[in-house]
Order: sequence, then structure tokens, then C-alpha cells
Amino acid sequence: MELTVQGAKAYCYTGGKPFDAAKPTVVFIHGVLNDHSVWILQTRYLAHHGWNVLAVDLPGHCRSGGEAPATVEAAADFVTALLDAAGVAKAALVGHSWGSLIALEAASRLQDRVSHLVLVGTAYPMKVSPALLESSLNEPMKALTMINVFSRSTLAAPPSALGPGTWVYGASMALGRRVLASNTQVNVFHRGFKACDSYANGEAAMRAATCPVLFVLGEQDQMTQPKAAQLLVGAARDSGKRVQVASLPVGHHQMTETPDATLFVIRDFLRT
Amino acid sequence: MPGYSDPGFDTLALHAGAAPDPATGARAVPIHLTTSFVFESSDHAAALFNLERPGHVYSRISNPTNAVLEQRVAALEGGIGSIATASGQAALHLSVATLMGAGSHIVASTALYGGSQNLLHYTMRRFGIDTTFVKPGDIDGWRAAIRPTTKLLFGETVGNPGLDVLDIPTVSAIAHEAGVPLLVDSTLTSPYLMKPLELGADLVYHSATKFLSGHGTVIGGIVVDGGSFDWEGPRTQGRFAELTAPYDGFHNMVFSEESTVGAFLLRARREGLRDFGACLSPHSAWLILQGIETLPLRMERHMRNTAKVVEFLASHPFVSRVGHPMLESHTSYALAQKLLPKGAGSVFSFDMKGNREQGKAFIETLKVFSHLANVGDCRSLVIHPASTTHFRMSDEALVAGGITQGTIRLSIGLEDADDLIDDLKRALKAAEKTTAKAGA
Repeated sequence: MELTVQGAKAYCYTGGKPFDAAKPTVVFIHGVLNDHSVWILQTRYLAHHGWNVLAVDLPGHCRSGGEAPATVEAAADFVTALLDAAGVAKAALVGHSWGSLIALEAASRLQDRVSHLVLVGTAYPMKVSPALLESSLNEPMKALTMINVFSRSTLAAPPSALGPGTWVYGASMALGRRVLASNTQVNVFHRGFKACDSYANGEAAMRAATCPVLFVLGEQDQMTQPKAAQLLVGAARDSGKRVQVASLPVGHHQMTETPDATLFVIRDFLRT
Repeated sequence: MPGYSDPGFDTLALHAGAAPDPATGARAVPIHLTTSFVFESSDHAAALFNLERPGHVYSRISNPTNAVLEQRVAALEGGIGSIATASGQAALHLSVATLMGAGSHIVASTALYGGSQNLLHYTMRRFGIDTTFVKPGDIDGWRAAIRPTTKLLFGETVGNPGLDVLDIPTVSAIAHEAGVPLLVDSTLTSPYLMKPLELGADLVYHSATKFLSGHGTVIGGIVVDGGSFDWEGPRTQGRFAELTAPYDGFHNMVFSEESTVGAFLLRARREGLRDFGACLSPHSAWLILQGIETLPLRMERHMRNTAKVVEFLASHPFVSRVGHPMLESHTSYALAQKLLPKGAGSVFSFDMKGNREQGKAFIETLKVFSHLANVGDCRSLVIHPASTTHFRMSDEALVAGGITQGTIRLSIGLEDADDLIDDLKRALKAAEKTTAKAGA
């Protein structure tokens, strides 16, 4: 589905079902050098089980036009505008990695318009090493290899997003290359990493958000280690929210290395 | 343990796609000889059929043993995934049938395996798919042959049997400029010698019967998607509606929307395996996996033996030509140095001086080399292409493919190199004596 958001084309995958504003809506937000397709299994399932899904390509990424967001705050503005453009009064927000920070910031602004907040593979602060930041700018292919190696927890992933026979590592590499090539004006790799690295409103945003929060963490995640999520977990608990933490025995590719477990923990949380 | 570093080729050849079986602890890959897989519930069944959840339904579409093979070959090739098929020919057909229908056009190298040439020149033409053949080194020819209906460029990494090395970086650039993918048959080089996806190819397939399995025990094929080709890119001009428009035959799915990088694999499995049905037996998949575990070791030995045999033949007075790119006399020498630094394969041809009777005497004298229609076995093999693998081709097509009536094709195995050279020496002597008798 294509919408016009902030004056530009915004693409949202709807899970193989037409958008139906009458159903509860879940917005899925991808991370750096990703797009909507990282959520395919989870979104397709939810779309066929009573939810409305909007898995977005962030501005300046793949099928979406517009200026690639340079900050988490700018991306959160986009999410707010997206809901308005789609006519969605209330939605659950699900974000992975950088997308988790965007979902968090958007939830703090949208207040009661957000029913559930799901942070997959999150950390705060989400600092990116200077070497990786520099590589993402000047040697993006080297940096892409590095982050995919860090993201992987197994050489034998179960059947995944493209089905049996998918080499998850290779698929992630190819997607990263494609997303990077999709924007000829801006290096979305470096811009996304900088946005993660510079985001400073995480604790305040968590306190401001009003909805229940689910953390989906990878026990072997080297990109966003589970311990790096504890500040946000603490802030969520301290501010009196209902908080659930799910630890999955995988790395940073939660959606592809353990697609069913990721789906079910999100689905069950959305049902509450 | 893998996962904390970036594993190399040899490690991937042993571990990619496989972990100890969670149910039994079995370390080797189990052979899942079952047609079907029990659903947990009606909802699970529906979700599997609708691609909402991952898993196996029916072994024609996917199977856990085959999935290990598919992940492993994709890992070795640097692809995003792959599909195992009943044979290499099935992999080629699946690739073609996924991308096009009647009215489409292919540009292919003249230096192809006879079966591939047959499929494109005769069989696919009957289904309305036309092919223009160009010499692999004729770069202008590749460009000139492309039409608005062209959906694929296709060649072999090293052409069978002349070993013309395909200039993949150049040909892929021509393909991409025209908005067309490049498919490469990498059977004779295997990912050990060359990774075509890294050089610019978009799709790669193998007859896994050959070096991947390596023991002459199994027929199988596999096609790997590099995930690099943008089926909706501006240069494609809507050529690939099979992947970019809703497909009535599968839930109106738009494959390119469903997966940004994996549209080809999605359609190939969900339509091609489902409807054409050229799936691989899990037992065959297991045999190929057994072979792949020693692929690096075998390929190294194949190349070492080949170097010795080529050297011997090149200096033999009864041999008029040795067609291996390791020799400076070969037209692909420079390209092979650049694209195939570990070697240009162990399947090559040579021409003997003399007539057809001498060729017959040569082949029938060999004892270590087996006379049969295969290559890439651990055992050394020999055949006369003009009367066997390429017998349907016209004289003109044979010449275009670098084959003469006197051409002998060898596949160098893993025996002691001295034994191979001794066998060839005796056979060449027998051939020479045959001439002497005929002249007496």
C-alpha cells in the first residue's frame, strides 16, 4: 500500500490483506539497512489473524521516497504522520534495532494513540563504535559484513522468511546492499547509525509512554546485547508500566533466526 | 563455535545449514525420508500453506535434509538461498520457467553442455522461448543479441568442453545495462574455484551430480539466487511480471513485494517445484552433502592432478592440442589467470593426431580412466564428445563449441597422478600403433 506522508510516497506492506481501518493496527518499523521485508512472516501471519499491519519502508529506503531520517526524532515524526495519513486513531508499534528507538520515541509523543510498544533487539544508549560509524561511511561493504557477522548466532537457522533453503546471513547481506543502493543521495547506513548513536531521549521517552511494553531480546545478540536494554527495562518498570521481557536463544536476526518464537511472543502480547 | 567469527569456505562446507539434530543429538545430517510433515493444528496448516509461518509441508516443495543442502550451497556461493532439484537440467529448466513464458528470449553462450544446448535450441523453442547463441568471448555479440523480449543471459563459467572462460564481469555488466539477469552454470568450477555471484552473476546453478557430490553416485542439481538483481529496477521496463505482479496461482502474491531480495526463489519454489515437480530426493541430497563436506580437499587434488596431466599431454608428440586455460596457448589463458586463480577445472579436452580409429583405440586401451558420460567424479573419466554428449549438434555448432571429430574429453580424478599419466601414455602408444598397422 502506498500513502503520501510528509509530502512523499510511503510504502507499507500490509501482509497480503487489504488495509482495513476497522481492525486493530500494528505498525512495524525496521532497523538500519533493512526494509519492510524483514517482518514478512510475522506481518503476514498477523494480517491473516485479525490485525491490520503496516510494515513500512522508512523514508528514503527502498520503496519509500522522501528524506531519510537523520534522527530518531525525525523518524518518530514520520510515524506520527503515517498514522494520520492512514487514518489510524490507535496502533501498536513494533520496532527492531533502530526501529525500536523510533517506536519508543513515537510512543512517547503519541501517548494514548499507542496501544502496545514492542522493542525487538533494542538497547539504550544505542552507541555505535567510532570505527563502525566510520566504516559505514567510507567502507560500507566492510561495515555491512561486520554487522551481519555480529548479528548472526547460528550457521543453521531454521526455515525462515523465504522458507526452507534460505541462507539468512546471505539474505541479510543482500538486503543491506539493496537498501544502501536504493538511496543515491544519502548513505542511509551511516545516517541510520548516526541516528542510533546520537539518540539521547530514551529514558525520558520510556517514562512518557503510556502503554504496556514488550522487550524481545536475543540472548546471543552482539549488536544490541541484552544487558544494554536494561536501562529501558528499568525505566519502563519504574514508571509503572506493564512490562514483559522475552529472551530468545538467538542473535540480532530475531525475526529470521527464530521466526515463530518472535511471532508468538508479539502476538500474545498484542492480545493482552 | 560458528557465530562468533566469519567462517571460511572449509568451515562452511562442513557446517553451513546443519546443527546437531535437536531431537536425537545426531551429529551428521539426518535423512528425512518422508513425503509429508504433520501439522500442529488446522491453523498451523493454513499458515504454512499461506507462507505466514516457516516450515515443511510436502517433500516436493521442501524437506529438512534438502534444506541443509540448500543453505550450504548458498553459503558457499555467497547467495541468499537455493533450491535443490532432481538434476542440473532441472535446475536450468526451473530457472528459465520461473522467469519467462512463450514469447520470451534468451541469449546464451555457444559453449554449453550438450544437454543445455539441446534444451534451449530445441525443447524450449517448442514452448515459444527462443534463444540466440553467441560465442562466449564475443562481447559485442552478447550486446547485439539482446532484444526487448530478452529475459536472461546464460553461459557456463568454463564452457564444456573447450573451457572458454566466461568473462562474467563484462557479460553481467552488459546484462544489467539491459535490465536482464545473468545465469551461470558453475558445474565445472564449483564454488571452490569461482564464485560467480561475486563477479556479477545473478543466478548460479550446478549439476550437483558432478563436483559437489563428487563420487559419481547421485543425480541432482541446485540453483542459487544471489539476491542482487532488482526485478523492478528502472532498466527492466516491466519485463518480469512473473515476479512483480500479483500471481493468481498463489494467493495473488507479489513476490517482489513479499521479499525485496528473494522474489525469484519464492516463485521458483512455490510455482516451479509445486507444478513441474522436479524435486530432489532427500537421500540424494544427503549424498551430495557428504560430497560437499570434502569439496575443498577434493578440488585441491583435482587441480594438482590436472596440472600434471596437462603438462604431460602438452609435451606428447602424438597430441596436437591441449585445451586447458592453464596453458598460454589457450584463448582464455589471461581471463583464467584473472577469474580462476585456483585453476580452471579438471575437465578439459585434447586433440590427438590421427583418425577416428585411433581415437577408438586410445579410449579402449585406457584402464584407469573410465569411458562414460559424466564428469567431476573422484575417478578419472574419458569420453569422445562428437559421438556422445554433443552428437545432436551440427558440424557448424560443434566447431562453434570448440569440438572436432578428434576431440577427447578427460575428467581428471583423484588417483595417483603417475598412474593417470602411465595410463594415458599406454593408450597414446596404442593409438599410434593402430596408425602403423593401418599403414602397413
